[in-house]
Amino acid sequence: MEIKRKESDFIVTVSPHVRSVETVPRIMWTVVVSLLPALLCGVYFFGLRVIFVTALCIVGALFSEWFVEKLAGKPITIGDGSAFLSGLLLGLTMPVTVPFYIPLISSFIAVGITKQIFGGIGYNIFNPALIGRAFALITWPRAMTSWVEPSKMFDLNNIGAAFSNIGMWLDGKTSATPLGILKLEGIAKVFEPYAAKADLYMNLLIGQRAGSIGETSVIAILIGALFLMLRRYISWHIPVSYLATVGLFSWILGGKEGLFTGDALLHVLSGGLMLGAFFMATDYVTSPSVKKGRLVFGFGCGILTVLIRLKAGYPEGVMFAILIMNCFAPLIDRNLKQKVFGLRKGK
Amino acid sequence: MGLLTFSVGGIHPNDNKLYTANLPIENLKAPKQLVIPLSQHAGAPCKPVVEPGQRVFMYSKIGEPTAFVSASVHSSVSGKVIEIRNHPSSTGRMVLSVVIENDGKDEAVELEEDEDYINKEPDVLKERIKQAGIVGMGGATFPTSVKLSPPKEKPIDSIIINGAECEPYLTADHRMMVEKPIEVLEGLRVLMKVLGVANGYVGIENNKKDAIKYMVSACAGFEGIKVLPLKVKYPQGAEKMLIKSILNREVPAGGLPMDVRVVVQNVGTAYAIYEAVRYNRPVVERVVSVTGAGIKNPKNLKVRIGTQIKDVIDYCGGVKAGVSKVIAGGPMMGFALYSTDIPVTKGTSGIVALVEQGLTHYEKYRACIRCGRCIEACPMGLMPQMFSVYVERGFYEDCKDYNLFDCFECGSCTYVCPAKRPIVQQIRLAKTLVKR
Ligand code: SF4
Ligand code: SF4
Repeated sequence: MEIKRKESDFIVTVSPHVRSVETVPRIMWTVVVSLLPALLCGVYFFGLRVIFVTALCIVGALFSEWFVEKLAGKPITIGDGSAFLSGLLLGLTMPVTVPFYIPLISSFIAVGITKQIFGGIGYNIFNPALIGRAFALITWPRAMTSWVEPSKMFDLNNIGAAFSNIGMWLDGKTSATPLGILKLEGIAKVFEPYAAKADLYMNLLIGQRAGSIGETSVIAILIGALFLMLRRYISWHIPVSYLATVGLFSWILGGKEGLFTGDALLHVLSGGLMLGAFFMATDYVTSPSVKKGRLVFGFGCGILTVLIRLKAGYPEGVMFAILIMNCFAPLIDRNLKQKVFGLRKGK
Repeated sequence: MGLLTFSVGGIHPNDNKLYTANLPIENLKAPKQLVIPLSQHAGAPCKPVVEPGQRVFMYSKIGEPTAFVSASVHSSVSGKVIEIRNHPSSTGRMVLSVVIENDGKDEAVELEEDEDYINKEPDVLKERIKQAGIVGMGGATFPTSVKLSPPKEKPIDSIIINGAECEPYLTADHRMMVEKPIEVLEGLRVLMKVLGVANGYVGIENNKKDAIKYMVSACAGFEGIKVLPLKVKYPQGAEKMLIKSILNREVPAGGLPMDVRVVVQNVGTAYAIYEAVRYNRPVVERVVSVTGAGIKNPKNLKVRIGTQIKDVIDYCGGVKAGVSKVIAGGPMMGFALYSTDIPVTKGTSGIVALVEQGLTHYEKYRACIRCGRCIEACPMGLMPQMFSVYVERGFYEDCKDYNLFDCFECGSCTYVCPAKRPIVQQIRLAKTLVKR
């Protein structure tokens, strides 16, 4: 017999019928917020031009996303925070002195090419911000490695100075990063200006050193990272294994007087390591998603970083290390699955 | 901190139990007409043993099992069989059902009480359980008599009563443990006797403090039974998780609880077992939580099997404006209904009406960002995002490399996914396509 089905307004879907409040935009915007301390430290140490450079990167990233999606006839996703985040991260890796076209072009490489050409959010193999930066470094090596002394640019008694350089970098005392000095002139030179070793470490912690806009202040980065970890947005696995590996191997291999004489602390606190370990290597899309795999990923990043810093031509290796490990992320995920409940090992 | 739990995965959804947690179970009067499906269990449907026009009594058998894995069906009222026809069930499938017109007299088949039931032979007890048509009343509806007949090479040493009730909203088992603790424990004692087992456990999630209290004090008179508080974590009440939590045994992949010498039964089932062995009473009613923001007056109701869900909801004041989903069962694993002309069956633990707010529509999902939340949530240690991505691309076979069939569709992965991907739906699709 035929059953007459009653008209009804109920929605019918497969279970589950309740979902968590977490969404992709919420995650992305939260990460953006967690980077604000690092950005503010950048402004404090390098002046208001920091805002200008970062804004160029963000605008470039958002425009590239919109542009490519428009061309491809895809839905526009610039509101989901992901392109904004890539732009911000890219900005934080720039020297404050870059001419305006570098942020614009490299943000297009980051988001327009690295992310969108591969199919948009979720499909890119490489971390967009890092590819953008790598492109800039290779294309404009001079501009991307001219550093200035911090702290001269933001003087509360002389606000005018903060604005003076916004459009084009005019002057400022050039300087080298601690890792740059280490590479070219050796460890003694790094510590030369300081009465005690601890003074240098202290400066590294607060960010009083030459370097990229958002990478210098370890404390500011840790505040943001801690916030993300407490909210369980990033897990500790990658950063901890990354930092531990760098510490361990720079201690073993980094010394002039043979094995086990390197300055682990110097290595861990300088360069782009903190920003890289907590905010770049932990990018969901381009890192493994299983805990075990994340430990391996962090370890790989660590080894490569130390090798590049010590043996290769560049003073800093974080960027290339993470990019190289990005290629391995899918492979790591495929081979290091979790233990399935009820399955014996080796089966 | 002392509370037992399983180690891998699990989620913490808002339990929303306050709607009904403190409301005593009320009896719902049987409606004018009942539709009693002949398949309310996992396994072969029953064949009808009544004919249209025939008068039936309360407790009369109306459906006879046709196979070993099956369970008889009884009339829950006295009255006249009007017709036997296909009627939609909560899963959306059509099921052969007996439509009975209630004469309102509740004239019952005379039941013989046996006060000395506990001293009866296991086989006698098992037969009574079988005759009563008892199935797993938590929702899985596996015939209990089958669970109590493990093959000889699989000895059982422990029985667990599942009082976790980890699904949000539901409070039927909770109320049962508060109001009928002795009977539930008697049911467990019978189970222990049937299987010749010395260890019985009752696992209760720690959000039911009063149930734990009542069960613990009732437990004093029973030998070999322990009441254990469990950590509140979904899916604590899944058989495999519960066994892991309480006994730290891992049911092998693809295996059953009896592979680790355990039988798990739900609280409602234990109660039904007690009723069956002592009073020879078949399952003709069950406790249903009628709850959710969309129900005017949420209640815990004792409902005759075969009562239409719309009659149940009407008794609770009807639905509020703006209801967009009505679910048979809990919100994590229950079935969304397209109509409320669907009968309450032995496995209907709850009727949950949700309002628009807080629902997510599947068509709006995004690309997977590989965040790993689903992996972390999966109690089975699987990689749900691989299923999701493979199914999206049509690579169904590849899902098998990731242990597709170990997924029991608990929904934890889908609950946490920030991209709102319909992972369980994709998994089900893969399961049907790969089997072929
Ligand atoms: S939770 Fe969703 S977005 Fe995250 S990895 Fe799983 S499927 Fe992808
Ligand atoms: S539904 Fe399946 S894959 Fe998803 S969490 Fe549950 S068991 Fe794991």
